Amino acid sequence: MTTPMVNLTIEGRPISVPAGTSILEAAKVAGVLIPHYCYHPGLPVAGVCRMCLVDVENAPKLMPSCATSVAEGQVVHVHNDKSLDARKGVLELLLINHPLDCPICDQSGECELQDYTFQEGRADSRYREPKRFNPVEDFGGDVMYVPNRCILCTRCVRFMDDVHGDPVLAVAERGDRAVITTAPDAGLTQAWAGNVVDLCPVGALLSKDFLNKARAWELDRSASVCTGCSQGCNIVVETRDNAVVRLKPRANEAVNGHFMCDEGRLNYRWLNRMDRLVAPMAGGGETEWDLATAAVAATFAGKKAHVVANPSLSNEVFFLLGRIVAKAGGAIHFAVPQGSEAPLPGVEDLSLRADRAANATGAELLGALRSDHPYAGVSGGHLLVLVDVEPSAVPAAALSAAGAVVFIGTADPSKLGRLAAALPIANVVESDGTITNLRGRVQRFLQAKAAPGHARPAWYALADVLIALGEKADYHSASEVFSALAAAKPPFAGMSFDSLGLKGTDVAGAVAGASR
Amino acid sequence: MGYPHKTHPRETAILSKHFGDSEARSLDGWKQRGGYRALEQALSTPPAEIVDAVKASGLRGRGGAGFPTGMKWSFMKPGDGKPHYLCCNADESEPGTFKDREIMRWTPHALVEGCAIGAHAIGAETAYVYIRGEFQEPIDQMESAVSEAYAAGILGANAMGSGKRVDVHVHKGAGAYICGEETALMESLEGKRGNPRIKPPFPAVSGLFAKPTTINNVETLVAVPHILTNGAEWYKAMSLSNPKSTGTKLFSVCGNVSRPGTYEVVLGFPFKDFLYDLCGGPQAGRKFKAVIPGGASVPIQTMEEAEATLMDYEGFVAQGTMLGSGGIIVFDDHQSMPRMIARLARFFAHESCGQCTQCREGTAWTTKILERIVAGQGTFEDLDTLLEIADNMTGKTICVLSDSCAVPVVSGLQKFRHEFEALITGRRSSTVAMGGKPSAGGSALTTGAGV
Repeated sequence: MTTPMVNLTIEGRPISVPAGTSILEAAKVAGVLIPHYCYHPGLPVAGVCRMCLVDVENAPKLMPSCATSVAEGQVVHVHNDKSLDARKGVLELLLINHPLDCPICDQSGECELQDYTFQEGRADSRYREPKRFNPVEDFGGDVMYVPNRCILCTRCVRFMDDVHGDPVLAVAERGDRAVITTAPDAGLTQAWAGNVVDLCPVGALLSKDFLNKARAWELDRSASVCTGCSQGCNIVVETRDNAVVRLKPRANEAVNGHFMCDEGRLNYRWLNRMDRLVAPMAGGGETEWDLATAAVAATFAGKKAHVVANPSLSNEVFFLLGRIVAKAGGAIHFAVPQGSEAPLPGVEDLSLRADRAANATGAELLGALRSDHPYAGVSGGHLLVLVDVEPSAVPAAALSAAGAVVFIGTADPSKLGRLAAALPIANVVESDGTITNLRGRVQRFLQAKAAPGHARPAWYALADVLIALGEKADYHSASEVFSALAAAKPPFAGMSFDSLGLKGTDVAGAVAGASR
Repeated sequence: MGYPHKTHPRETAILSKHFGDSEARSLDGWKQRGGYRALEQALSTPPAEIVDAVKASGLRGRGGAGFPTGMKWSFMKPGDGKPHYLCCNADESEPGTFKDREIMRWTPHALVEGCAIGAHAIGAETAYVYIRGEFQEPIDQMESAVSEAYAAGILGANAMGSGKRVDVHVHKGAGAYICGEETALMESLEGKRGNPRIKPPFPAVSGLFAKPTTINNVETLVAVPHILTNGAEWYKAMSLSNPKSTGTKLFSVCGNVSRPGTYEVVLGFPFKDFLYDLCGGPQAGRKFKAVIPGGASVPIQTMEEAEATLMDYEGFVAQGTMLGSGGIIVFDDHQSMPRMIARLARFFAHESCGQCTQCREGTAWTTKILERIVAGQGTFEDLDTLLEIADNMTGKTICVLSDSCAVPVVSGLQKFRHEFEALITGRRSSTVAMGGKPSAGGSALTTGAGV
């Protein structure tokens, strides 16, 4: 059964949208942004900010576009004097008690109150009375509440009520005394509570972690995917001066809606770690890339490869490792760290997964072997290849049993003792690539910062190893590696970086629509 | 009757006939006065016939909006397989309005009967009477009437032996004016914060517990038994002016009149006669100055307008205001209109639920400006600002509380602007400026505003 289409005109642009669409969403189709505060596509409609009032011809009064469905033949004016005056009025009223402390507010630069006021608000205020004051409150978790900046849009309340299913926030008091409050002895310590900070359109709910860290306009932003678990939430990596300072969710209805969990959000400091391997090593000291690569290839001679890889590495890395073991013999092993599952009840199939690694699905599709004991069976006939595993987690027994050890990774490997060679690689935010989530969604991540020292993207380093082993591997970008992977591996058939876009595609055989 | 006074000869006491008669409160007393005959008759009448009779009577909602009751009932479709609900709005909190309080205090069984008939007419088995929390005496009377009615089998699984189930529950509000807004009332009944809902969906489609619901005022429901007993034609014939306004209406009168009280007259009664004859005119040595005729949220009338008014839905509109709830507040020449209007604004600011921006911020800002003017610190720019805020607060919010706050400000500034200007130019407090006694310390607003 298909939904009937409705034809209407918004700002003179004729459009056709499914029946039941709100005017606000229909306007997006027409390329018109209707200013709004309380409306959010991931939350139930409240209709309280009254910012999105629009002039619908033949309607007795202005209509809230978030709460009004389209109707056949409707003619909607968003930018005529009547609608504009109403928005100006709302903006003036929202600002009368607002502290206007943008210079010290974290939200400044990404604040919808600031943006719309600059866009169409009054230049002055007629308010001559004392401003309302309420003290700052710690809401628990990562969240701080600055009530003086609050516009009572209730997005945070609705998120906790209807999406998180743990109604710990509420509006207390009424009229102009109204404030957001937490339930007695409760706070925003839930697994997904940090999303209220993103949802807040103003500077009322702030991340304690990000507090006073950077101005919004100083940040560089890159599309990426969270590697904290196998859900693969789409994120934006925000960097300042080549350091990751904040992760935010990026909307993808097929994977994470508009949200990401607090564990994923706050687990970014490792991306900036200083104890990095920054130069290629061979023969007990730093050397040139070519020499180190040659040393790795030489070490394969007469041995089978026992590769232990980090299951958050990209599809491209597992594909190239697969080619290496195909040439040298051996297998790729990985173990998946486990944590407790924490679903977000209001979004279907969205959860902080027990598998705390990003690409176990891709690794298995590409022939790697999942195991709780990835080092089992290492012997003198093996070249142990450690790919981005944490040096402190490698068992000493495996190191001593192996015929030789090669390290290809990000961390300083000095704890591992004598290595045949070590190749420094870029981490997930320092390179491009793809990962496959637990439902088979293949998604791209983009480089957000520069890798330190001489580190190279892992696909680059591995391609050179393949060439040194006498294989053909003249790839010039992660995209080319992925295209080769797609050509070789049926689940990925037909895919390319272009076809994946920034929202990903399901592997062949994944249940359609169940890719979350 | 003009309780606490005796019935004035020009009143038509139908709903108020037994006000002051404490024997009418009990079930026995009520039955002796003809009670529950209409219900017995109604329970054996198909709902559609009752709805038609109420339609034919011309009865309109007595809570304020004046929506035709029969038409409202006809939106409900008995037998659609869903539970239906009747809510009786007894959250009478409009400043100056206390007619429903008198109905529940003196004739609680009249409301039980009205609710039961209304429930039957709309295919509901359950009626809720949502009573303002401060109304302790009416609540006590209603609870005792409901338990008497259950004990006598009038309510319950087999109401009056009809085989039909009719339950009536009394629910006590928790002190919010906004819960008298019908959708906020339903939220409150559901146990939630009393915030008005966005309409549509309208209550007849998705109301209480998301089921088809009708909300009627107390006075509306108590009129229904009389219509069924005496016939729609009898009721319709009670009209002194516009045929669209039929029946009698209770008016509660307070403020500066000689005989404040609750009066019942046929719609279309001359307002001048009502004020000077029934209510006894102004107190000795004083003159009427202004009237708010329908509760605090209708425009203020000058005496010229009031004296030219016929008291019905159309008559009040013709003279620049509305019938509203029938809560009449009279001001005489000793009152400062800016001070009165500031007090009204303070009420709305205090009672705003705070959902919509215009209402939350606008009511409070309006109040602050008005209080500053009354304190002698106003400017002429303030008057323009007040009107612009009022315009911003009108027609833009989920419910009409915001509009209600703007109404006395706009009408007051239109009709009594000179009093505001005197306060601004005189730089003196309102009571002094108006020739009255200075209030004894503190804000002029916190001491006996008279509403």
